[in-house]
Amino acid sequence: MGRLPVADRLTLGVDTSTQVQVGLSDGKQVLASRTYDDPKRHVEQLAPLLSTMITEIGLDVTAVTGIVVGVGPGPYTGLRVGIATARVLGSVLGVRVRGVCSLDVLAVQWQRGERPDGDFLIATDARRREVYWARYGADGVRVDGPSVGRPDQLPALPVAGPAGLVHPELASADRTRLDGPTRLDGGVLALAGPELPDAGIEPLYLRSPDAAPPGPRKSVLAHPRALR
Amino acid sequence: MSEPLILGIESSCDETGVGIVRGNQLLANEVASSVEEHVRFGGVVPEVASRAHLEAIVPTIERALKTADVDLGQLDAIAVTAGPGLMGALVVGIAAAKALALATGKPLYGVNHLAGHVAVDLLEHGPLPQPAVALLVSGGHTSLLRVDDVATKIIEIGATIDDAAGEAYDKVARLLGLSYPGGPVIDRIANGDGDPQAAGDPTAIRFPRGLTAQKDLVKHRFDFSFSGLKTAVARWVELRQRDGLDIPLADVAASFQEAVCDVLSAKAIDACQSLGAEDLLIGGGVAANGRLRVLLAERAEERGIRLRRPRPGLCTDNGAMIAVLGAQMVSRGLPPSALDFAADSTLPVSRPLV
Ligand SMILES: [Zn+2]
Repeated sequence: MGRLPVADRLTLGVDTSTQVQVGLSDGKQVLASRTYDDPKRHVEQLAPLLSTMITEIGLDVTAVTGIVVGVGPGPYTGLRVGIATARVLGSVLGVRVRGVCSLDVLAVQWQRGERPDGDFLIATDARRREVYWARYGADGVRVDGPSVGRPDQLPALPVAGPAGLVHPELASADRTRLDGPTRLDGGVLALAGPELPDAGIEPLYLRSPDAAPPGPRKSVLAHPRALR
Repeated sequence: MSEPLILGIESSCDETGVGIVRGNQLLANEVASSVEEHVRFGGVVPEVASRAHLEAIVPTIERALKTADVDLGQLDAIAVTAGPGLMGALVVGIAAAKALALATGKPLYGVNHLAGHVAVDLLEHGPLPQPAVALLVSGGHTSLLRVDDVATKIIEIGATIDDAAGEAYDKVARLLGLSYPGGPVIDRIANGDGDPQAAGDPTAIRFPRGLTAQKDLVKHRFDFSFSGLKTAVARWVELRQRDGLDIPLADVAASFQEAVCDVLSAKAIDACQSLGAEDLLIGGGVAANGRLRVLLAERAEERGIRLRRPRPGLCTDNGAMIAVLGAQMVSRGLPPSALDFAADSTLPVSRPLV
């Protein structure tokens, strides 16, 4: 087997806040970016996608010098897959894991493309007819959020992000058209992640677990089946 | 060739477990439990458990490697619970195991949690004569299994048709005003809460034994039902309260426990006899229950059946049980799982390896 190319800096990007997104960067450019388009198969597809991406560009996972992981917000079960993966890889490879807000990555993508003139929003689907969103200044700096809420309660600003695909009301008359990115790019995450605000490596849980201490017990005398 | 060195990860319910074994020899068994966080809810809250797994997984892996004094590079394979269990909980362990496999290049085995409860006994009592019968009882499962081969052939011959046995303990504990988890509390109260003189009378109240009537045995000879028992306890307690009588807590606890353990042990022994099995293995959290152990031991001895019970720390969910099952898979030369396997919350015990 030939020698593997050596990069003195190789950043791995991992994000499972929406679909499965991975990427690699040498700090100057995006080396690779891969997506698995399915919002429900994170635990199945993340590791194989990482494995094929790394081998396809002729590298070995041990060449990774840093990891950037999207910590959401996003649906929790999928989100945890990326964070658990990044933390374990970081521990085993002995490299630093940096967490960033996933919405910030989409904001960078928009800035790199046909950038909006003024303030703008990034929104992703939060299920339960809600969206995760954040507000950015024209310079791309996050000024509000991330938050979770109903799509019709968002400020009337240009909006990008995958939520536009599931919540058509985000494209209502008082907004400019949806011309920003609709999908997070793992390569941009790997390239820009080290410069984005550090969000920590805890998931951005914007909702509390659905659980309540048990209430008073119902009588089984009047309703013999009540406890079933 | 020396025995395979395996790291196993378990995260199907509320324990984050990482174990390391060499063949049938236990080297590490580290467990981080989130049970305390579920107490105020009176049961396991899946999202709370999943969050706790994410926090615990890396430190638990690191602790297990340190305890066993093993380098990841020395491992022969990694094993992880693929199911059954809580979806959000399972995926944390699976993601971690896949990342370990990716980073080390080691083969990965996605294995069945229930089969792990059976295999863990190999760590303490060596090879299991076959066929054997296994009775698994915990807050999540109540099953009777026929074990033809611990790594490749386990058949479920009976299961609960409603609540798991441990769940019945939790619910009865709650209606008696006792704390969660119910198993250890009810066992303690039934035994007099530290005062043998105050121990309850298991024959004080004759609570129903689910699925033991002649007509039920036709279709459900090896199945269990605990929902009716729980309702009967609730009814008995409420009637006493309505009539202004006190509740003899120790008697209720002992009588309820007797009903559960009587059915569990009777059906387990019946299964052994009908299958010609001379070994009965018990596992799961409820296997640590004092009364169940005594009753099973008595009835097994009468019929010349050997009772095998791993120590309590191995009966509850842990990573060592997954590691030792993985070691069996490796020893038999079975192929590892594909890297894209899923978490399967209802994985049947007939599929020991995904
Ligand atoms: Zn279990």
